[in-house]
Amino acid sequence: MIAIIDYGVGNLFSLTASLKYLGAETKVTGDPAEIESADRVILPGVGAFEDAAGKLQSAGLADVVKSQGKAGKPLLGICLGMQLLFEESFEYGRHEGLGLIKGTIASIEEDLAAAGVEGLKVPHIGWNSLAFSEGEPLFKYLKQGEYVYYVHSFYGKDCEESTIASSQYGIKITGAVRNGNVYGTQFHPEKSGETGLNILRAFMEL
Amino acid sequence: MITKRIIPCLDVRNGRVVKGKNFEGIRDVSDPVEMAEFYNREGADELVFYDITASVEERKLFTDILRQVASRIFIPLTVGGGINTLEDFDRVLKCGADKVSVNSGAIKDPELIGKAARKYGDQCVVLSMDIKRVDGSFKLFAKGGRENTGIDALQWAVDGVDRGAGELVVNSIDTDGVKGGFDLEMLDEMAARVNVPIIASGGAGKMEDFSELFKHRGIDAGLAASIFHYKEIRIKDLKEYLREEGIEVRWK
Repeated sequence: MIAIIDYGVGNLFSLTASLKYLGAETKVTGDPAEIESADRVILPGVGAFEDAAGKLQSAGLADVVKSQGKAGKPLLGICLGMQLLFEESFEYGRHEGLGLIKGTIASIEEDLAAAGVEGLKVPHIGWNSLAFSEGEPLFKYLKQGEYVYYVHSFYGKDCEESTIASSQYGIKITGAVRNGNVYGTQFHPEKSGETGLNILRAFMEL
Repeated sequence: MITKRIIPCLDVRNGRVVKGKNFEGIRDVSDPVEMAEFYNREGADELVFYDITASVEERKLFTDILRQVASRIFIPLTVGGGINTLEDFDRVLKCGADKVSVNSGAIKDPELIGKAARKYGDQCVVLSMDIKRVDGSFKLFAKGGRENTGIDALQWAVDGVDRGAGELVVNSIDTDGVKGGFDLEMLDEMAARVNVPIIASGGAGKMEDFSELFKHRGIDAGLAASIFHYKEIRIKDLKEYLREEGIEVRWK
């Protein structure tokens, strides 16, 4: 059973539907016991980092996610869920993350400006091609350059040792990270068509 | 890099796609779920569904269809039509919509944009506009393009983005249905003023119209209905053509 962590952030319809479509048994839950008994855990999330981190904390789930990640269970953070796995975020101030992935969350807009890139819109919305590290089990059904769907204004950086996929948007955008059994995707696999389904299928087989 | 997007738009009334006639290649030519699956196979980058029903019962039918589509197709879905309150946002988001398009609802209550953006995020709020030239300036029209609001459309777009709209659907009444190409003059004016994605609508008649559109800076997506529904243009052919023209599109 895959536990999809429910902490009042984001719309879980598509994520649940895509996993069901692939034949997975899912449970949308905020109950620590259910999360602990699951085979796999997904941390979703849409919105602002501070708000989401606060909700995860006040629901008593931050420690549960951390311990599940450290216990070796396959864990996947999606979009803001990926960002929460990082050490810290600079989205409107400095906020602490779960620290399962080394690195920080920074503003795309500021880093585009710092790199002297003009004419790109923020948020980074739409389909972008993904370059990934060969041999990563999460991408075992993918070919290089397949397209995934992104919607975000902040991104993971200083996470070279964990980065397993990236896309180009004026600067290098971290597409996916991994630290052992802990995975994160900045893009939305549940909205990335056949490519996304293949990533979720691979996650189910980890 | 990010790709240009091709988006078919399905108007749904009484559980059926309007303009769904003469459509070959799928069994039931006006079944929204089958049509959505067909477009997904063809390589559509997103789907837009407009609920053009009036009654409460039909609205229920629409959300049932939406739920079916969102359970089988995993690309972004935008829903519009009859979105006047946060409850309307909630209703369609719960049934699988990713983005919600507001048009008349925002004219009646401009605060709706900001309220929805704060609750669901900017990325969720799409401001859709019907625009027509009146005495040399671009005016915002309401009621499906029948009523001139007198509002300056370009300013309306800028204000809408300030309030939190994360994307714009810009429909030109002047070029809509003419099939002579998108309203590039108006779209350029729009793109010069806002920094959110612009989805161009109205006027596509041939594949060249899309390549011309995407050569204009600041336009992210092209939306069309009948030319896709009637198979005058196949999305897979269109994408192949755009790729040959050097425009990056999502490709399997």
